[in-house]
Amino acid sequence: MSQEPSAVAYQVMWTRLISVVEEQAQALVRTAFSTSVREAGDLSAGVYDDRGRMLAQAVTGTPGHVNAMADAVAHFIRRIGRETMAPGDVYITNDPWEGTGHLHDFTMVTPAFHGGRLVGFFACTAHVVDIGGRGFGADGASVYEEGLYIPIMRFADRGRVDETLIRIVRGNVREPDQLVGDLYALATCNEIGHRRLTEMMEEFGLDDLSGIAGFILENSRRATLERIAALPRESAVGEMVVDGFDTPITLRARVTVEQDRIVTDFEGTSGIDAKGINCPLVYTKAYACYALKVAIAPEIPNNHASLAPFEVTAPEDTIVNARHPAPVALRHIVGHFVPDTVFAAFDQIVPGVVPAEGAGCLCNFQVSLRPTGPGGRRAEVLTFNSGGSGARPARDGLNATAFPSGVMTMPVEATEHAGPVVIWRKELRPDSGGAGRTRGGLGQYMVVGAREGHVFDIQAMLDRVDHPARGRRGGQAGGATSIARSDGVAMRGKGKQAVPEGARVEMAFPGGGGYGPASDRDPALLRRDLARGYITAEAAARDYGMTAEEIAEVEAAVARGEDV
Amino acid sequence: MGTRLGVDIGGTFTDVVLERDGTRHSTKVLTTYAAPEDAIVEGMRRVCGAAGIAPAEIDQIIHGTTLATNALIERRGAKTALITTEGFRDVIEMRTESRFEQYDLNLALPEPLLPRQARFTVPERVDATGAVLVPLERAAVEAVADRIAAAGYDSVAVGLLHSYLAPAHERLIRDVLAERLPEVSVSISSEVSPQMREYERFNTTVANAYIKPLMASYLGRLEARLAAEGVGCRIFLMHSGGGILSIKDASDFPVRLVESGPAGGAVFAAHIAARYGLDRVLSFDMGGTTAKICLIKDGTPKTSRVFEVARSYRFKKGSGMPISIPVIDMVEIGAGGGSLAHVDALRQIRVGPESAGSEPGPACYGRGGARPAVTDADLMLGKLDPAAFAGGSITLDPGAASSALSDVIGAGLGMDAEEAAHGVAEVVDENMANAARVHAVENGEDLSGYTMIAFGGAAPLHAGRLCEKLGIARCLVPPGAGVGSAIGFLRAPFSFEANRSVYMRLGDFDADAIRVLLEELRAEATGFVRECDAEAEILAEVRVYMRYVGQGWEIPIPLTAAEAAAPDAATFQARFEEEYTRLFGRPVAGLDVEITVWSVNATTPPAPIAPVQPAAPGPDAPRSGDRTLFDPALGAFQDAAVVARDALTEGARVPGPAAIVEAETTIIVPASRAALRQPDGCIDLTVKETP
Repeated sequence: MSQEPSAVAYQVMWTRLISVVEEQAQALVRTAFSTSVREAGDLSAGVYDDRGRMLAQAVTGTPGHVNAMADAVAHFIRRIGRETMAPGDVYITNDPWEGTGHLHDFTMVTPAFHGGRLVGFFACTAHVVDIGGRGFGADGASVYEEGLYIPIMRFADRGRVDETLIRIVRGNVREPDQLVGDLYALATCNEIGHRRLTEMMEEFGLDDLSGIAGFILENSRRATLERIAALPRESAVGEMVVDGFDTPITLRARVTVEQDRIVTDFEGTSGIDAKGINCPLVYTKAYACYALKVAIAPEIPNNHASLAPFEVTAPEDTIVNARHPAPVALRHIVGHFVPDTVFAAFDQIVPGVVPAEGAGCLCNFQVSLRPTGPGGRRAEVLTFNSGGSGARPARDGLNATAFPSGVMTMPVEATEHAGPVVIWRKELRPDSGGAGRTRGGLGQYMVVGAREGHVFDIQAMLDRVDHPARGRRGGQAGGATSIARSDGVAMRGKGKQAVPEGARVEMAFPGGGGYGPASDRDPALLRRDLARGYITAEAAARDYGMTAEEIAEVEAAVARGEDV
Repeated sequence: MGTRLGVDIGGTFTDVVLERDGTRHSTKVLTTYAAPEDAIVEGMRRVCGAAGIAPAEIDQIIHGTTLATNALIERRGAKTALITTEGFRDVIEMRTESRFEQYDLNLALPEPLLPRQARFTVPERVDATGAVLVPLERAAVEAVADRIAAAGYDSVAVGLLHSYLAPAHERLIRDVLAERLPEVSVSISSEVSPQMREYERFNTTVANAYIKPLMASYLGRLEARLAAEGVGCRIFLMHSGGGILSIKDASDFPVRLVESGPAGGAVFAAHIAARYGLDRVLSFDMGGTTAKICLIKDGTPKTSRVFEVARSYRFKKGSGMPISIPVIDMVEIGAGGGSLAHVDALRQIRVGPESAGSEPGPACYGRGGARPAVTDADLMLGKLDPAAFAGGSITLDPGAASSALSDVIGAGLGMDAEEAAHGVAEVVDENMANAARVHAVENGEDLSGYTMIAFGGAAPLHAGRLCEKLGIARCLVPPGAGVGSAIGFLRAPFSFEANRSVYMRLGDFDADAIRVLLEELRAEATGFVRECDAEAEILAEVRVYMRYVGQGWEIPIPLTAAEAAAPDAATFQARFEEEYTRLFGRPVAGLDVEITVWSVNATTPPAPIAPVQPAAPGPDAPRSGDRTLFDPALGAFQDAAVVARDALTEGARVPGPAAIVEAETTIIVPASRAALRQPDGCIDLTVKETP
């Protein structure tokens, strides 16, 4: 049976494994209950060999799971004990340090048996709506306040789901049916992956995965090392300051290119914050690694070998290496700024590849609505939104598009069905893209209120109020975030804030930084930007030196309906 | 209906099929882009000549075209404006605010169909219950109408928030525009696509407005031109949902014509499935540039309510624009005979989506192409006869194929040309198999019990191997596979599907409201069908889309006429749980269920089916020659029989390995399969009985 497969057969098997994890992820998207999974793609799925080395991972909405998933299975093997594993088992955790960074992410691992033998593992992760505690926000002073903690343990033992665990979960969360539905969805998606793997092993007559694992890992390692070897062997430091919760945070990364690895070290980064925006190292690693991979080896798929040469270190108790029991619920805020920090260093080693700074973290907020009289209803509505991305060396930044996160926004009409909320405005924000030879992506305006008879609290998760995205090589900064009440009362970028009946919250999300001097911008693009209203006449004159005649010409052409 | 003409305008060829009293004549004419009706007339003359009839004797013409799709891809539409709710000017530009490719720093998002200066807003607002929060003032509409007039727009799309619930504001805008700008064409979202989710609805409406003047003018010219040729019958249009529309409705809702050609292909396959009594079929259509895969259950192609056109980035999901109309659900991937192969940084062979096209074409065309394409690999592996490709119109050059494969693929991987060809063919087949698997899992299906129906020029070369990879035991290759879509048009019913987004939890079930809603939808859908045929019996298929409250994906639940006439919460719940369990293994206890979309498909009864009596296996067919043919499952070249398809009589068997040759293509029978000619000319590939 087990004759060595041909080189062509290995190529086919690799392609197949990538398809298997895509199927696994697709099954999860189809069955999950959390908005974050089904609408926004905040999930991940992967297949591993019997040593816990990741062989393939589905490309989904968030790079934040990349390394976290790569490391997770090793923790499960260590905690559960390989010798106790049996067919039908499913293991579970939401440990921020051994999973993917906060209690809201559940990871499930299923051992794959073939012919009575443990040949590999399937793992998947999803962000759930609620895990109890104080709710999703930065308000916890420690992880103990952030919700229910499930250490690595058995979810199912030889096919039998642990009912005690289910009862404990149900008793501790706000939406027990949905959460339990999500847990089953995770288990099911691993099952689908396992079924496909079995079919593949039968088709190719494999007894174990060692041959195909070796083929994948060796090719990936070699390709990654070739890319690293082509870089100058240099070291540089990048630094960026962002708002933080109450006090600004300094992120500092030293990137060092060596012969066969790239080391990113966060020495000099701010310490732990009192609020839940701290980041476990595993999540920092994911985004640091993503930044370098997207810059030098974008087409090499993520697996154990292609990720291994990207080493990430940070002193303990910095905000990028928060240890238990630091609060970490909103670890994405710092995590989403890691790529811009790494880019600041990498740009000094290899100029002309990475973009200017962008909006960075998602511009999310959650609205808690309450009726003021009879006939209303309570509801929690979470929205994901994006500012502008940084200008690229040869292209403008992307308008209102998530980077580095890859999640999607929800339709306004769907959001308004989720609760008595009214989104009064959601559109591009002119002049928020930093001026430059290439322009930063535009941020957006949003205005949110409640339907008559309701009041609400808003939990804001916004940054770049005081620290807008900086331009690169002479490009200007993008527009800063602003948030205020329609009755003129000032508001903060982060934290839970009450809004009285009739008032609205008016927000402007940040734009990306510009790249190169604005004076070098192609006049045709400048006229286009003015015609489209990406920039106003004032900004065209002020930032780009357009004359009053040129501006009048463009405006007249637009009124006549001519192409500009 | 005696004499019918099916016409499919594709990117390269215009296919024309005439059926008269059970005989069929078909032809292919190069598509004439400047005046597409020219190719139709040319093709019609040819088939009428072959049948010995005058155009006046044609009783019905069914037409499908890629013109609508191409106008969207090539951005050749009218000068179009959008009027939308104040505060939401950029919905079609902001899309989902995400990147469809995570690992490309230089990603370019597709430009919206209309630039920002062509998007106008009016103060107005309706909430999610349909209540008016800000009334729309007529004066505001008039002011915008004046600006649109000054700028000289030819077509206007109107898309307002929550208009699928409360269309009054959109209708007011339409009426004001009709008064002040009578010559401007207007499309309103509550008519074009009354579904929740503003990005999809607005984009669909903009797309409709954008192609409406172009399509209306083309269809008008076509009618006049055919009349001048002596055609006296009515002309109908194939739509994306697999049915037929009147020319008037097609002119009003041209977005419904997008992807009508491939829809015809699926109808063609569905008809064969019905003739053979097959309830689970995978249709596989592979041409020069792409392959399309569709699931057909119980004789009906799977449908969807939204799809994407004009994908701009390697056919990647999210890189096109969403169109929310009822459509036959297909996956399309960049895998065809012309797809080019290369070796990437991981020393992996990659195939497509880049295609060699017809110029220079694959290396073996000898027109200067130096990069190997799938056709080059097929030639090296013995699947093609160099002297008899495409009816002998091109003599293939095996030397050129061999050098391209050695130089581009073999050199870096230490493979000779034959091993490289094996690799290229396996990779493209694996890509198609994976697309089929993922599509199946998205639909909760397991392909192992399916039958494949293969058509399109390249499909018969790859279908056998694809079946091996997917564990599919049977594959039918019908005759006329090269003009399958046009034949499919002649099998399609008159039909129209009307949809409405109205949310209702089973906890708040309102049977009276449901009856009223379904009756409205039935009347709307039936109206379109009546426009085509004043007398025919019209069937109404009712479907509701349901999910657990909190989920984002609905699953379609078909209701019987009785269930729709007397709606009952317990029945809805039971039907939903049944279907959910079938798809996902288990229902979820304790959650409320909601209905999100209601749909009624009005259709004339399907064309009568003449069941095929399977032929009894006869003797092996005589071979007309021999060649060596590579069998990928065995990993080696085998001596294979060559058999002419024309020479096969009913019941003739061709055990693999073999090549069944015909003018336009070759059917490869792998060593694991045997072919049998069925009475209707289909070649039936099944797993060989093990001796």
